[in-house]
Amino acid sequence: MLRDILKILENDARATPKQIAAMTGMTQAEVTKLIKKAQDDRVILRYKAIVNWDKAENEHVLAWIGVKLEPQKDVGFDSIAEHIYRYPQAKSVYLVSGTVDLLVMVTGKNNHEIADFVSQKLSHIDGVKETITQFILKRYKEDGEIMEAEEVMKRQAVVL
Amino acid sequence: MTTQSGTQKHRKQHISRRANAIQPSGIRKFFDLLSSIDGVISLGVGEPDYTTPWHIRESAIESIEKGQTMYTSNSGMPELRKELSRFLKNEYKVDYDPTGEILITVGCSEALDLTMRAIVDPGDEVIIPNPCFVAYSSCVTLAGGKPVNIPTCEANNFEISAADIEKHITNKTRAILIGYPSNPTGAVLSHQKLADIAALAKKYDLTVISDEIYSKLVYGVEFTCFASLPEMKERTVFLGGFSKAYAMTGWRVGYAAAPKEIIGAMHKIHQYTMMCVSTMSQMAAIEALKGDQESVTEMVEDYNRRRQVIVKGLRNIGLSCFEPKGAFYAFPSIKSTDMTSEEFAEKLLEEEKVAVVPGSAFGQCGEGYIRCCYATSLPDIEEALKRMGRFVKKYKKG
Repeated sequence: MLRDILKILENDARATPKQIAAMTGMTQAEVTKLIKKAQDDRVILRYKAIVNWDKAENEHVLAWIGVKLEPQKDVGFDSIAEHIYRYPQAKSVYLVSGTVDLLVMVTGKNNHEIADFVSQKLSHIDGVKETITQFILKRYKEDGEIMEAEEVMKRQAVVL
Repeated sequence: MTTQSGTQKHRKQHISRRANAIQPSGIRKFFDLLSSIDGVISLGVGEPDYTTPWHIRESAIESIEKGQTMYTSNSGMPELRKELSRFLKNEYKVDYDPTGEILITVGCSEALDLTMRAIVDPGDEVIIPNPCFVAYSSCVTLAGGKPVNIPTCEANNFEISAADIEKHITNKTRAILIGYPSNPTGAVLSHQKLADIAALAKKYDLTVISDEIYSKLVYGVEFTCFASLPEMKERTVFLGGFSKAYAMTGWRVGYAAAPKEIIGAMHKIHQYTMMCVSTMSQMAAIEALKGDQESVTEMVEDYNRRRQVIVKGLRNIGLSCFEPKGAFYAFPSIKSTDMTSEEFAEKLLEEEKVAVVPGSAFGQCGEGYIRCCYATSLPDIEEALKRMGRFVKKYKKG
């Protein structure tokens, strides 16, 4: 039941409890209660819009920073990750397998801002051995949304 | 021939009795009106609002790139028939030999037409539910047969009953044609009701043609494949396709599975009239069967959500609507407005720019009802319901 609500909200964060109730056959009260609990339990963290900033003509640059860590005595990867994610510029921080240890998604107004963040803040954190910065040049698809709207074939208005 | 004044005399064309015997759409006026109005929200569509899943499209594109553009075997690519046989066994517990008991057709529509031409002789009667898909009675008539309509009604959820069928069986009855889940009503027949029909088929030695094109679109109920019922495989022509489950309406791929004598006869007709289904469509169908079925599950879940919204919404605006458990249609009654189905649909279109299909298009028992397709976006469904609500409020009597 919660799963049905989460699937709907993940697709459309603006779906109201009334609409969700209509879609799932639950009562509005049940839906509201489940949503509140999911929020309290931090199963639902936040509601957001997926924005195509390129179209908004805003100054908005994204970069993925691969971070190699130096394992430190008494300090696990978690505390280094925490040190990084406390920076608001670090929008996403993941522990990953492979050639780097952490993947950090950083935003800034321009390339300089990101480069400055990496060189002056991120690289100086205890435990950070190396950073590999990849600027995102073009977003094709994000969170299941294709940025350039594809031409959708119109259906026949009435088919018996 | 040109007369001296320069005008051309129009030749009177001879049209066959066979072609004249089938009626054009009974709602021609409605269609014409629809094409003259802009900005319509249409609940009159008859296909998924999904595009064919990418992995299926990709396999067709690959086959074109590889130059696989020649004819295939008339009965369909052996790999497709083999995959389909495996699929039908897993999904519906029916065993069909891919060599001889399965024919790949140009949509389920061609399968229906071939069946009629293969088993119906002039004067044979074929029992069909009313209301039902528009092609049923036309295909029977084209084959020289006589469609025998069995009324169904809202009170019994538009489910055809064995008892009603039995009343109409004569010594001319050749077959019973059923299509559940149903277009236009969304009705689904339970295992028991199908078993009752099976008993009749056995008693009177009839063939059952079961159009199961909407088999994947069922909500909260079990779907029973007619041919899987005891002793029914030998007297069933099982019709299916890829259009609805895999959003492949434009690809035109369907199938018939039946005893080999029937498939043999259908194959003969098909080889002369169609040769084979499009090669790339068959490649796509193979991928549809072999590939990940997750997209089907998600689509069905999505339809279910919209189904609940539309049925609740129609009832909230004051129309009585039985709960459809299959396909993607709701079939509410508009009798409370004292209008005919066609009047209602035309006025709704003119005044509120919402298109629904008059139930009368699907048979006499559809009069007083409208077909609303919920294979359309939720915002469109909600907006359509809002406009219909205004309309019903204006015209509801008492």
